[in-house]
Amino acid sequence: MTRSRLRWFSVEVGATAIIIALLWAYTSSNESYAVAPLGDVLEAFRATWLFEHVGSDVVPSLVRMTLGYAAAIAIGVAGGFLLGSSAVVNAVASPVVGFLRSIPAAALLPPAIVLFGIGGGTKVAVIAFVCCWPIMLNTSDGVRELDSTMLATARVYGIRGLQRFRLVVLPAVSPRIFAGMRTSLSIAILLLVTSEMIASTNGIGYFVFQAQQQFSVDDMWAGVLLLGLLGFTLNLAFGAVERRVLHWNARDDRSK
Amino acid sequence: MLEVVGLSKSYGTGASATHAVQCLEFAVEELEFVGIVGPSGAGKTTLLKCMAGLLAPTSGQTLLRGKPVTGPPPELAVVFQDYSRSLFAWMTVRRNVLLPLTNKPEIRDPARVADEALAAVGLKGFEEHYPWQLSGGMQQRVAIARALAYQPKVLLMDEPFASVDAQTRAELEDLVLRVREQFGVTIVLVTHDIDEAVYMSDRVVILSRPPSTVQEILPIDLPRPRDQVDTKALPEFASLRARIYEAIMQPAAAAGV
Repeated sequence: MTRSRLRWFSVEVGATAIIIALLWAYTSSNESYAVAPLGDVLEAFRATWLFEHVGSDVVPSLVRMTLGYAAAIAIGVAGGFLLGSSAVVNAVASPVVGFLRSIPAAALLPPAIVLFGIGGGTKVAVIAFVCCWPIMLNTSDGVRELDSTMLATARVYGIRGLQRFRLVVLPAVSPRIFAGMRTSLSIAILLLVTSEMIASTNGIGYFVFQAQQQFSVDDMWAGVLLLGLLGFTLNLAFGAVERRVLHWNARDDRSK
Repeated sequence: MLEVVGLSKSYGTGASATHAVQCLEFAVEELEFVGIVGPSGAGKTTLLKCMAGLLAPTSGQTLLRGKPVTGPPPELAVVFQDYSRSLFAWMTVRRNVLLPLTNKPEIRDPARVADEALAAVGLKGFEEHYPWQLSGGMQQRVAIARALAYQPKVLLMDEPFASVDAQTRAELEDLVLRVREQFGVTIVLVTHDIDEAVYMSDRVVILSRPPSTVQEILPIDLPRPRDQVDTKALPEFASLRARIYEAIMQPAAAAGV
């Protein structure tokens, strides 16, 4: 088990090293001004992100995303329980929900700017609005699919009210909540960058856009690199939290 | 102890209604073991759910010590067939057994009661495991331990051994007969297995084809303690089992009221 794991890990590291080397060779020999040599990009990365622009751009970006994502989770879970628990609410709300979630996320930015201006609140609101749907729909499906034997068991043993919600219903639905949260996390990153490019005075997305406008190609690529690393790290962190919270649900992927 | 009085349950209304059970009438004595058998589709599970207060009957009622059952009474526990769905997957074995006890203030030392129940079903040492780490038979033992720790007066079992292999099934049958004495509990067992009903019960209630009525109530005068080999080798066992088999296999017309 550990040996084969070690082998796969070394394959991953090796492949990554080869890809970086190829990229290095390609970008160094390419004449186009748009393709910056990897060495220059890394130098720009070091100069910009370690750590000069962390406070001015990275922190605002992360704060916006965290607030928007947290709000999306709260709205999505609450709304999902509401939709899932009541057939009437679901029937009334589902056309509206179906329409709202179908609006392409970026299309909401212009009206949001008109409504809320270009401050941080706009980005938070847009992220919250767009990211709440996957969580809400997954949660409501999870609530609707709650197992009848499980609920009957809770009834027989007098488990009701808050205890039933906290110890039975919420854990039973949590794998679905996490599935929605995973989808929303990618959307949150996407929206953060888009909104910062369109309407902002700081943030990583703003930085990348400005670098492009000023033809500082090295900085532009360095920003893209940071965003990639950021997304990668957030996904890893999400996976770690999910594995910890849903450890009892491990039977599905014991190969890991 | 437990009386079923004129109990009927229909699903749907009007001409399209299905009558699962009709005017069922029988009583279960204190500390008795009653088996309920019937042809498939005879509404055995419907009956059990009505007795447990999980399903409201269309007419008639169940009385537990003279009081009508309108919801699951605290003196009653149920073991379901599907242990994988009745155990809470996110809780350890011990937590699964402990959770219902939080609603029973008269149980003063829940931790000890839970551990004793787990020991009684042979799960000492597995308290901190999660259900998915256990075999099917062991998971059903957890469900049985949870029911016993709840200290019910009546234990209803709905096809509890239908999802485990034959050998585990025999082990669990004997386990239930053993702990029944130890915990002093009245048991009603729904099963489609005639051998199992005869082997475990004091009396067997035979339901007819749907709409099901009580076709016959058969006393099982086999000596206790029962034994998988000796009891099943008795000529009386064979004749009881043959009688139930014939009763269940009767054509629908003859089974009518």
